Amino acid sequence: MRADLKLIEPWVRAGTHVLDLGCGDGTLLAHLRDKKNVQGYGLEIDEAQITSCIEKGVNVIEHNLDSKGLKSFADQQFDTVIMTQALQAVRQPDVMLEEMLRLGQQGIVTFPNFGYWRCRHYLLWHGKMPMSKTLPHTWYNTPNIHLCTFKDFEALCKKKSIKILNRTVVDSQFSQSRFAMMWPNLFAEFAVYRISR
Amino acid sequence: MSSQKNRNKVSKNAKDPVSHSVGIVTPQTLHVDQPLSLVSGKTLKQYDLVYETYGELNAQRTNAVLICHALSGDHHAAGFHVGENKKPGWWDSCIGPGKPIDTNHFFVVCLNNLGGCNGSTGPNTINPDTGELFGPDFPIITVKDWVESQPRLADALHVQTWAAVVGGSLGGMQALAWSLHYPDRIKNAVVIASTPKLTAQNIAFNEISRKAITSDPDFHQGHYYRYNTIPSKGLMLARMIGHITYLSDAAMGEKFGRERKTEAFNFGYDVEFEVESYLNYQGERFSKSFDANTYLLMTRVLDYFDPASEFGGSLEKAFEKASCNYFVVSFSTDWRFAPERSEQLVESMVKAGRSVSYAEVDAPYGHDAFLIPTERYMAIFSAYMNRIIKEIEA
Repeated sequence: MRADLKLIEPWVRAGTHVLDLGCGDGTLLAHLRDKKNVQGYGLEIDEAQITSCIEKGVNVIEHNLDSKGLKSFADQQFDTVIMTQALQAVRQPDVMLEEMLRLGQQGIVTFPNFGYWRCRHYLLWHGKMPMSKTLPHTWYNTPNIHLCTFKDFEALCKKKSIKILNRTVVDSQFSQSRFAMMWPNLFAEFAVYRISR
Repeated sequence: MSSQKNRNKVSKNAKDPVSHSVGIVTPQTLHVDQPLSLVSGKTLKQYDLVYETYGELNAQRTNAVLICHALSGDHHAAGFHVGENKKPGWWDSCIGPGKPIDTNHFFVVCLNNLGGCNGSTGPNTINPDTGELFGPDFPIITVKDWVESQPRLADALHVQTWAAVVGGSLGGMQALAWSLHYPDRIKNAVVIASTPKLTAQNIAFNEISRKAITSDPDFHQGHYYRYNTIPSKGLMLARMIGHITYLSDAAMGEKFGRERKTEAFNFGYDVEFEVESYLNYQGERFSKSFDANTYLLMTRVLDYFDPASEFGGSLEKAFEKASCNYFVVSFSTDWRFAPERSEQLVESMVKAGRSVSYAEVDAPYGHDAFLIPTERYMAIFSAYMNRIIKEIEA
């Protein structure tokens, strides 16, 4: 399974209810169901991914986060609201974070760090918007319209009075290397944040 | 309590693996002597239900699927009747070997609802109290009444629990009602192109249809059988109106555009545009095969459907009583029961903590899309039904 999903698992208590925003093919939800008896729903817009979810027996709801938001869900309906690698692609990431914590007791967010040294190096050296294995798109057709660094994210959390309960930073191999732990905003490529009110 | 007449199974020899058809099928009749108390306060002392079955019930009796028909449908959902080999059942596209409702795995049951006009007790059948046809005296039925009439069929077929109750449009309402009224007898409800209740616009269209029928001079307050006539003009008009609401603007545009039968304008009011010709043809054909009193009844069944009202006005509360898994599908161009209506259902199901999956299929065919085997529709429908098969056969 995807390495960032493995990092999420310990933070979801067994037998709880989760909502996965942008659940993809349902791998995480199926894993949490099988391993930890976790029930929940995934929201997704991609047709093929939705079919994959249904095949896995994962509850999936076709739902466009940008156009519909999360207003159709009730306050504190879930124990955990998860958003993996999608925060940077939504139209209003700040509103999304607040909504996640309206619906769930805790939120788990993963996103790529734009402050990663290779991004900085790319921009400095080429003078062009960074492209990499993680961020393979050109500036004009990228779905990642709100890229940020760890520092940016943490500043936003502070501004919104959102508590950061845990943070796991990893390098491009999804391992917790010493460099990444020491200077995350420079040497870590991804982070998994656990947040709450 | 009941006896079954004309019990004939699907003819296995008639199955054609090439065309994925269930082959030749023969309708059967269940006679129920037990009275049925209706929501209206009236009682049906006895009734017949005409039904068809496809596939085989497994030894554990866990693979039965109930198909619920829409306004103008009946029990003939798949395969062919002897002597009518041209047109298969109304949902043949989705029921059969290798199709989403795969008869290699499922035992499929489809019945003509009470009040229908194709064999089950309804306005065009004999009222045992009078010895005459029911006509307009047939009591007004609700979706709940249908559901209350159907466990008896399940019992007769030795089905304790439906693996799934599946329906589109009005049939979807029935699947919903099954899940609310018999939560322990249904594992999955597949609700396609449906709605938690009709909108004012939906009811308005129904009212126009009813007015078209009741204002036909041949209607005779519903007693047209006595006069050996039918309100065909009214029923035709009702069907034409209905038909427009089943299609999308885009679908009509694509199918007919502004095509005309003659190149030059005729400067008169006879049929000139292809769309006029089509609607007239559909309306006329329908008026000859469907009963006007049943049409009136079905529109009322639609109007009255509002499960939330039975649970203190809250759809969420209604779904708290349910326990099955739901699969809800809507179609992007359906303006009769728009995707927003399905989303209301899903929202309430989620709030009630029910297991639900939902997809909005992008198809250009309006409300009728639930009958048309478009690629994505078939893919998700099959995926969901296969998941049920996996659970049954695990």
